[in-house]
Amino acid sequence: MMAIPSRHKSLTLLAAVIVAQILLLAVQIKRERQVRLIRVWAVELISPVQRAGSSIVYTFEHGWGDYVSLRNTREDNQTLRSELDRLKVRNAELEGRAREADRLAALLNFRQAHVDVPMAVARVIGGSPDSGSLVVNIDRGSRDGVRRDMGVITPDGVVGKILAVYPDVSQVILLGDKESGVGALLASSRTQGVVKGSGKPELTMDYVSNDTKVSAGEVVLTSGQDRIFPKDLPLATVTQATPDRKAPFMRIQLKPAAHLDRLEEVLVLLSRQDLDLKKEAEASPAVAPPAAGTPASAR
Amino acid sequence: MENTDIYIGPEPHIEVHKYYGGVVPAAVLLALVLQAFFPIHFRWANYLELPLLVTLYFALSKRNPSTGMLLGMVIGLLQDSLSRTPLGLYGIAKTLVGFVGSSIGARIDVEHPIARFLLTIVFYLFHHAVFALTSQLLLAQHNEAYISVPILIASVVNALIAIALFPLLDRFRRPS
Repeated sequence: MMAIPSRHKSLTLLAAVIVAQILLLAVQIKRERQVRLIRVWAVELISPVQRAGSSIVYTFEHGWGDYVSLRNTREDNQTLRSELDRLKVRNAELEGRAREADRLAALLNFRQAHVDVPMAVARVIGGSPDSGSLVVNIDRGSRDGVRRDMGVITPDGVVGKILAVYPDVSQVILLGDKESGVGALLASSRTQGVVKGSGKPELTMDYVSNDTKVSAGEVVLTSGQDRIFPKDLPLATVTQATPDRKAPFMRIQLKPAAHLDRLEEVLVLLSRQDLDLKKEAEASPAVAPPAAGTPASAR
Repeated sequence: MENTDIYIGPEPHIEVHKYYGGVVPAAVLLALVLQAFFPIHFRWANYLELPLLVTLYFALSKRNPSTGMLLGMVIGLLQDSLSRTPLGLYGIAKTLVGFVGSSIGARIDVEHPIARFLLTIVFYLFHHAVFALTSQLLLAQHNEAYISVPILIASVVNALIAIALFPLLDRFRRPS
């Protein structure tokens, strides 16, 4: 007998029979939640394919959608950027106007609180080209009644004094300038001294004896002794005070009451008439009140 | 060299037996009936596995893996049908017994009583192992031990029965 039985055929048949019976079992058997095993297998077999297919379709759909969407994106982007730039400019402009309105409102309040004191509202129109000096130009000159050595203030405090006057423009030397000096006094102790500029943002107060009690945060007012500024205008705040062992006077550093680094509108005091700051404080709580330590009689 | 073909079928010196018509179905049916009948009345009959013995006998005798596996499948599925097990549980076990038994029967002489005794023990354990594995994997039933003392006893009991049963079935062989 030369027959050649096919072993592979038998094995294939065996595999088919076993698989068929396993499937038969799977159809009958129920696993958790009474789901037939054949369903569990079918789902587990099919779900990866479905997941992959779904992923491919999803990728294709969204990829296509994204591509279509991107076609106009550059143009939209440019338009939006232009719009954004325009709105930024507009926003800055509005913010500037809002700040200006606040400043003018403060000036107006201050001016209304002292209607009996002659003063002129001026706008800062430029600065000095000399970096070593702190000088600004204002748009008021001799035609407006401005004279040399008149005091310049803001509702926050003293700014400086008129250095030079021209018909329509005046130069103001700021408190921070090295050449600047203002008669001052400590609000709490009424100790007098001279506030000088240092060319830096900080001021100094000289001629206050070492035995004077000075603390940080103390308010410094104008003394009126310089015949430029009326008495008791806010001048600065003490930031540091240390006795000087080599000299009879203390070293006192101050922070100006007015914002000397961002002046835009100022008031020129056309006379040395004293300002009643109590009245101004009542008129506008927004304006800096005198120091808490200031005696009532001094106001 | 006359022929270089490889012969894979039964060994030339081992005879492939054939039986009178109806002997195989009758033996199968009888085994199934007795398997269903005896355990009800005789407690010791729980050890019996007559369908397995019939499957093994015809697999070893016919010595054709395809025939053996199909016969095992039919007997197993019938046994499943008559029992409470899911269809296919005995079917898979007896299909494999039929296939492996036929493959072994085609290579070695299994006519000797000692060979039949040992083969029956081995195939009983193999059958039980496949049954337990299938139950474990597909039915998540882990209470079927692969081997235990009762299983070993059952294998010996069935082997002893095989020594008596197989010669009885030999009588129904057709003379070659």
